[in-house]
Formats: sequence, C-alpha cells, structure tokens
Amino acid sequence: MATTRKGRPVGVAELDASPKELLGFYRDMLLIRRFEERAGQMYGMGLIGGFCHLYIGQEAVVVGMQAALKEGDTVVTSYRDHGHMLACGMDPKGVMSELTGRRTGYSHGKGGSMHMFSREKNFFGGHGIVGAQVPIGTGLAFAHRYRDNGLISATYLGDGAINQGQVYESFNMAALWKLPVVYVIENNRYGMGTSIDRASARTDLFHRGMAYGIPGEQVDGMNVLAVHEAGLAAAEHARSGQGPLILEMLTYRYRGHSMSDPAKYRTRDEVDRMRTEHDPIEQARQRLLEGGTDEAMLKDIEAEVRRRVAEAAQFAQDSPEPAPDELWTDVLVDA
Amino acid sequence: MATEVLMPALSPTMTEGKIARWLKSEGDAVHSGDVLAEIETDKATMEVEAVDEGVLAKIVIPEGTDHVAVNTPIAVITGNGEDVGADAASIAPANGRQQPTTADTPRARAPQPVAPETPRASRRAAAEEAEYTGVTRTITVREALRDAIAEEMRRDERVFLIGEEVAEYQGAYKVSQGLLQEFGTRRVVDTPITEQGFAGLGVGAGFAGLRPIVEFMTFNFAMQAIDQIINSASKTHYMSGGQMSCPIVFRGPNGIAARVAAQHSQCYASWYAHCPGLKVVAPFTGADHKGLLKSAIRDPNPVVFLEHELVYGESFAVPEDPEFLVPIGKARIARPGEQVTITAFSRMVKLALQAAEELESAGISAEVIDLRTLRPFDAATIAASVQKTNRIVAVEEGWPFAGIGAEIAALMFEECFDWLDAPVKRVTGKDVPLPYAANLERLAVPQVEDIVAAAREVCYR
Ligand SMILES: Cc1ncc(C[n+]2csc(CCOP(=O)(O)OP(=O)(O)O)c2C)c(N)n1
Ligand SMILES: [Mg+2]
Repeated sequence: MATTRKGRPVGVAELDASPKELLGFYRDMLLIRRFEERAGQMYGMGLIGGFCHLYIGQEAVVVGMQAALKEGDTVVTSYRDHGHMLACGMDPKGVMSELTGRRTGYSHGKGGSMHMFSREKNFFGGHGIVGAQVPIGTGLAFAHRYRDNGLISATYLGDGAINQGQVYESFNMAALWKLPVVYVIENNRYGMGTSIDRASARTDLFHRGMAYGIPGEQVDGMNVLAVHEAGLAAAEHARSGQGPLILEMLTYRYRGHSMSDPAKYRTRDEVDRMRTEHDPIEQARQRLLEGGTDEAMLKDIEAEVRRRVAEAAQFAQDSPEPAPDELWTDVLVDA
Repeated sequence: MATEVLMPALSPTMTEGKIARWLKSEGDAVHSGDVLAEIETDKATMEVEAVDEGVLAKIVIPEGTDHVAVNTPIAVITGNGEDVGADAASIAPANGRQQPTTADTPRARAPQPVAPETPRASRRAAAEEAEYTGVTRTITVREALRDAIAEEMRRDERVFLIGEEVAEYQGAYKVSQGLLQEFGTRRVVDTPITEQGFAGLGVGAGFAGLRPIVEFMTFNFAMQAIDQIINSASKTHYMSGGQMSCPIVFRGPNGIAARVAAQHSQCYASWYAHCPGLKVVAPFTGADHKGLLKSAIRDPNPVVFLEHELVYGESFAVPEDPEFLVPIGKARIARPGEQVTITAFSRMVKLALQAAEELESAGISAEVIDLRTLRPFDAATIAASVQKTNRIVAVEEGWPFAGIGAEIAALMFEECFDWLDAPVKRVTGKDVPLPYAANLERLAVPQVEDIVAAAREVCYR
C-alpha cells in the first residue's frame, strides 16, 4: 500500500510503475507546469484578467488521481482548476482561450479561469465558491448510484474548504447512501493567507469523515506514484459499493494563492525547500533516469510540451472575443 | 535568444507600479522560479519570479522607479534557446486595464423631512445631518473604512472585527490594515472559511451584547450566510417582542470587480433592501464611507454595509473628527440640477456624475442623488427632486427585475404621479449572469453613455 493511515512518508523505492506509465505521468505533469507558467506570464501582460489561481507544485495530485479513474467517471473541483482540466484531457487551446476570454474558450469566454466545464470529458467545473463543489460532487455520485452505471465521482477540495459546513452535510449523505465518491483533499497547507493550523482545530484532515464512518488516508501528494496507487485503491472502494472514501493529499502550491497574492505569510525558504526537495516533476524525472530512460527522450517530451503550450497561448491570443450578442445567450435553456 | 521581462500586472486593478528592489544584478544567472524583483502595487509588495532560464543581461528600469506602466519592459534575459514557442517579447501587449481616478464632489444637501401617515419601515426620515466644517485629510476609501473601524474600536471595547484574512493578512482587500497590530487577536479575529458559521457566531455575540463587525471577503460569499443575516439577525428583535436585538454590521465589497465573472460579481443591494429588520447602506464618497460605517457600528440594529472593490482606491477629503457621523437613511444631493434627476448609489454615483457633466455640455442640467442608504429609503429627497425636475433616471449595477430602480418607479407612481413629464427610466446591469470576456463584461454593466442616453430620452432630446 502506497499510503499510510498515520501519515508516515512512503519511500518512492517501494512503489512500482511501468516506465511507460511513469513517462506518461511525467508528460502530463510537465504540461500542467508549463501551461501554468505561461498563464502566469500572460496574466502579467494583461491578457488574462480577474482571478487566476495557478496549480504549480500540485501537479502530481491530479495527474496520479485522474490516471486511477476510468472513462466516464466524473470530476469536479474548485477555482484552482486548470490542472484538472488538462488532466481530464481537455484541450490546452480551449482552456487557455477561456483564460483570455475568447469565443474559442470552453465557456465561450463567459466563465473565465474559475468557471470552465466539459461535458465531453465529464469535467463538471470549475467552481468559484469555496466548498460548493463538494455537495455537487456528491450529487454526481448520487446520479451514478441511481443509474447503477459503475462510475464514480472524484470530488476535489482544499484544506480551507474542508471546514465549510456543506462538506459535512455531504459526508453524511454520502455515507448514509453509500455513494460512490472519492473526496480528494488537496492539502497545500494554506487557504489563501491562512495556514492550516490557524484554520483547523485538527489538521489531520483524512480523519474528517470519521464521525460518518468514512475511511480516510493520507498520501504523499508530491509523489505521483503514491497518489496513483492510493487513487486506484480508493476508486475500487467507491466503485465496489462500499461508499465514500477520503484521500488527503499532502501537497504544496509554489505560487501565491492567486496572481495578486504577495504570499507574505510564509517564508521564501519554505517554498524553496519544497521546490528543491519535493518537486513532483523532478522526482519523476530522477526516477525515470535511474530506471534507464534516455535523457534525450525527456528533452523531446519537454520540447513537445513547450510547443503545445506555445500553440495554445498563440491560439488564445489570436482568437476573437465573443460576439456582442453572446451577452444574451445561454441564460436559460430554450424550452 | 533574448526575452524582455515586462512589468507585470499583479492584481485585477493594477495599471502601474514601483520597482522597489532588484534582487538580481546584471550578469546573474536566473532560473525559473527565482525572484527577480520586488514590485509595489496599489495593494501590496509582490515578488516577481523569472519564468525563463538564462542570464539577466540588462536591467532596463532601475530600482526605485515609480509609476512604471504595466507591460513596460523592465529587464532583458538572454536565454539558453530551449523555448521553441512564441516568447514573451513576441506577444503583443494587451490594453492596460483602466482604473478609475477620483474626483471629489462638493457636499451639498437639501434636507426634506417627511411624515408619511403610515410610515413604512423602509421610508423613515433620518436624523438631520450637520454640515461638517472641521479638518479633513485626503485618503482612500479603503483607509476611510479602516479609520472608521479603528476609531469605533477605540471608543467602544465591545466592538470587534471578525472574518477571513482580516488579521494577519491585513484584509483580502487591505481594509483592515494595521488593526491587528493595534487591537490584537482578541478583537481582530481570523476565521476559517466558514461564512455561515462565523456570521451566525457574530449574531450570537451580538445578542449577548457585543458589537461585531463581520467582514465578508465579498458579498458573494455572504450567500453562504444569508440565512443567519435574514432569519437570525433581522427577525429576532421582532419575534422576541423587542426583547432581543442584534447590533451587528455585515460588511464587505459588493457588486462587480474586474473580470472575476459571474460567481464573484453581483449586486446584492435589492436582496437586502427587501428585508424588514435590516438597515442597508451603500456609500460612494470617502466621508460617507467613514461617517456611515461609524453610524452603522453604533446602530443597535443589524446593518448590511455594501462596499465596492472598484471604489476602495478612490481618494476623497475625509473628516478627521472622531465624532463625525453620517446619519443612516439620508440621501445626498451629489450635484444639484434642474431638468432631470439621476439616482445612483455606490460606484454608480461616479458614473452618474460623469454623465451629468456630459449632459451639462449638451445643455441638460441633471441633479444627481447619491442614495447612500437603501433601507430605510429616503423617499422624500427623491420625491422633492422629481417634483422640481419632473424626470428621473434610476441607475444601479444590479439586475433590473425587482431592483432598486423598480422600487423607485413604484415610489414615482405613489408620490410623484402628477409631476412626471416622462416615464421613469432605469439603467441597470443586463439581465444575465456577468460574463468574463472583457467586451461582454463592458456590455453587461451600466456605462456613462447609457446614463447619458437615458437622461436624453426622458428629456426628449
Ligand atoms: C464561500 C467562499 N468564501 C471565500 C472565498 C474566497 N476564497 C477563495 S479561495 C480561498 C481559500 C481556499 O483555500 P483552500 O480550500 O485551501 O484551497 P486552495 O486555494 O489552497 O486550493 C478563499 C478564502 C470563496 N471563493 N468562497
Ligand atoms: Mg489550500
């Protein structure tokens, strides 16, 4: 088992993955990293407006987790959603042009960074209100059980969101009705400027379902293999009718909460330490090299990823804004 | 290849900033993630990280330079040639985001006491407002709010501030700057992200005789707590036959911001103004923010105090006197005029004043009323104005249906029917959730030209 109930760290060496699988994870994480760096840069140039929450540092969580799901499983998360969309297989061009508010974006420019959706990829958003996605993800699981379709709901939330009341209302219903949902807590240690120990009476978040009999596990969220293995077990648990499960992913965001956060509540040292000692992408890279992967191959992947991101960025700048009469469309479904 | 590092926009409202410090020198190697410089924005000092790898070949803008426009090249990095795509230098800069600059307006008023036979809770005359002749200081609305809170906390030990990021972070929008340092953690309280919980806790503390100021990071998040605001705070005095009251202020930014899209951009003025048992305030000027917030804190009732992110940075002359109060329930004639009345509140007052200016050059004299308080509603001031001008345009950022403008239209029927020379005209936000795209956002919220066009329409010119 890649995870521990007591939060003991798990050595990478204990984990197995085929080199091909790991190479895929590496590519997917790198795509998110480079995409987010470019988004940050474009925000700085005024091409992206409003709030823009980058996922840099947390890539292993969504990449490992999504690889544990199967076709048709549903995903829902908060406003820090760019990585989730890319990991769901959504097109970087469509995501980036939503960030620039263009008609080619996933929401035709009407949603922006925090509100994007893809029916095709079973990605249900992108929600701006902290915690609101948790009952929604529980409802997706309800629908799966209702239809008895063998699918599950992956519902992502932050360490800040975990304290919202609606989270516990959801836990109760999910346990009561044995709904197929995996709650993935992305514990990046901060909710905006508030560190977890200043917001949570107990900081071992994987215990939060205890009162409802929901099992929980703590996972090294900087290690994509550990995440993947825990994800597989959790998905199996939910899919087999045993009800919800909580995975607490210990992770870290390198950037400020959003682009306008100076992040003075933590030291530069803390960030540097996570970056140099625990970076999920660097860890995967080292492991690949140790396993005999050719360095040139990694360079090719890097070049390929950069090319895709550059293409997406260019597309997002070249695409036109929505037509003015789009203002009035999509308010209601025509009936 | 060389890449220009451009002055970044570090917040939705930033248009320029100051290079406080360079942390790298010319010739230094840089890696992605290295901090290059510190930049002071309108709200904070931010670190700028390198995105590209290479060598810092040139610092274009030296440290200490202020008013550097967003997108100005500030340094050049020569790279190691790995970037195959379009790099920063080849991306065309976008249009700068505009930030409103300020124009203070003279404080003029026309007191109009009313005595309706069956007083509606929402339309009661307020105490007379005295002309302020004391010392003023030019400060931002953000600072005016902070000063109001600080003065009231000094004055009354029962007053405390609670909300997300109000203490250590100094406020998500920097309204509570310095308060933790002065008053400590007992009275400036950071909460978890649990709006219903801390709003309800505030109501309980209010019942117990404290005077909570509950800050919502924005009013969008107060929807999590609206049950506590309406069902607990606003109704208990009535339901307890007057035994139990709740002296509490719920405050925070309301309405649109800049490009934050539907879930973070909404005007709740008519939602709260609908409810008996509440007072609802939505000021514009610095003096009104300060004077009304102080009145709200001293008020024995629950007060919903609606601020506006795009107004926080505006500067005004603000009274220094700690006993300066603005009474809740009084509108203010922001600009006297003869031919058409324009009502507005919060940020829309600024647009209404600009519209009045344009109308002036077109030969139309507009009277702008800053409503300031939405409940109790100062019907008398509006009615008196319309009985003079015979025309009215009601402006608000929120949606039209059952909005403040709809209430004003009803008031016109009830009290000004015989004076009207044209139908009431409303200028409102469009009846859609607010879109993200820059062009659609602009179309969705009222603009100066919409107000001008509406005023011309009711004047038939
Ligand atoms: C109900 C609500 N309250 C407040 C906010 C403002 N806000 C946005 S993100 C955030 C912090 C959330 O932290 P966490 O759940 O840990 O997620 P992270 O940002 O770390 O991914 C806050 C307070 C909001 N969007 N919704
Ligand atoms: Mg967090």
